[in-house]
Amino acid sequence: MNVAVIDYGSGNLRSAAKAFERASSMADLESKVIVTSQASDLSAASHIVLPGVGAFADCKKGLESLDGVIEALERAVIKDAKPFLGICVGMQLMASTGLEYGRHDGLGWIDGEVAPLQCSDQTLKIPHMGWNELMFSTSHPFLNGIVQGSHVYFVHSYGVVPKDESHVLARVNYGGVINAVIGRDNMIGVQFHPEKSQAVGLHLISNFLKWRP
Amino acid sequence: MLKVRIIPCLDVDKGRVVKGVNFVDLVDAGDPVEQARIYDREGADELTFLDITASHEDRETIFDVVRHTAEECFMPLTVGGGVRVLDDIRKLLLAGADKAAINTAAVKRPEFVREAALKFGSQCIVVSIDAKTVGDGRHEIFTHGGRNPTGIDAVQWAKRMTEYGAGEILLTSMDRDGTKIGFNLPLTRAISDAVPIPVIASGGVGELDHLVEGVIEGHASAVLAASIFHFGTYTIGQAKAHMKAAGVPVREDPKT
Repeated sequence: MNVAVIDYGSGNLRSAAKAFERASSMADLESKVIVTSQASDLSAASHIVLPGVGAFADCKKGLESLDGVIEALERAVIKDAKPFLGICVGMQLMASTGLEYGRHDGLGWIDGEVAPLQCSDQTLKIPHMGWNELMFSTSHPFLNGIVQGSHVYFVHSYGVVPKDESHVLARVNYGGVINAVIGRDNMIGVQFHPEKSQAVGLHLISNFLKWRP
Repeated sequence: MLKVRIIPCLDVDKGRVVKGVNFVDLVDAGDPVEQARIYDREGADELTFLDITASHEDRETIFDVVRHTAEECFMPLTVGGGVRVLDDIRKLLLAGADKAAINTAAVKRPEFVREAALKFGSQCIVVSIDAKTVGDGRHEIFTHGGRNPTGIDAVQWAKRMTEYGAGEILLTSMDRDGTKIGFNLPLTRAISDAVPIPVIASGGVGELDHLVEGVIEGHASAVLAASIFHFGTYTIGQAKAHMKAAGVPVREDPKT
């Protein structure tokens, strides 16, 4: 497998790439992981990962600043149906609209908005930071072997709210429901950081690498 | 539900782990990457490196420590100490840190926190506050390892840093650091209750009950300790079991 992790200047991707390498070898898979900002690498890749930290609009702008990358990404994910994983803001970018610092267009792959977290309990801290328990009612290859209540690491103040509930694959509870995993067809988005979620995170990454949508 | 985080801290000088008592009399005690690996295996919820390297030329060593750790420990990593300019943060993040903790530089120029949050996002900006309770029950900020009073009220400061875009506060009870008698709970509670962002309690942990108190009485979202873990007095697992027994929600061994 050729895994392309898209680098658009949003933080460190070296340790993320290492996590994909580790997950691959733990699952006895042969993967080549590259960190890239080249459109041509997306055509050559078998799996595509879009990470992201920071503000929605900054990330979108960073992605747009790379020559031909959005076009190559849409070709690879929408037309060629390659397995895609969006992480944190990379997941949020899959939505049609982001509401952080104004209203901004996302990639529009999942119909829905990226809105500020609404907690019923005013004493709960924002950002939602730390380890929370995944809950899911649907089965999906990405969640194979993951036990209900497994902990993954979050740090975010906004969340994706898809219009179509069936695009939500797993949730966590934090003064209300936060959508933790979204997806449709060949694409998955995770609000948490699998590359920072120790054994559970590596397991999820290896599920993504094994996935044949 | 969200769990209370237990965060071991490693004080690093010129690439080696140390732990001071009241920030002086440092004792050398090991390789930070090796220590990090142990904490990772034990199920620590995050890891913090505090770089106390004094000389500028030796400060590069922390980047190697962060790089090596991030390549094998797939867990959140915070680095503090000597973060003065935006480029320091950029280098730490590129080395593999998830968050950078700003302390003295924020006191010297509060706008630095705003600039850092705008540039890198609030999620990676931790403001580190060293505070003591002074005579009249007021809590005051100190810098330079607790030596220099600033006259700044700690609660007001924490609120201001939140407005400037801090994503988290690392609060060290400077009047407790190295004493092993527990956090300054009135201070911890005053800050935790005053800001909407998570507060990590630090400074003075000698017993596992102190960790529980930091959460139950201090209202902290996370607890940080160095020596009890570093010198093997307690393991991360023992700390979690103790907190769980006391009714604090903690993440138990990863289940897959």
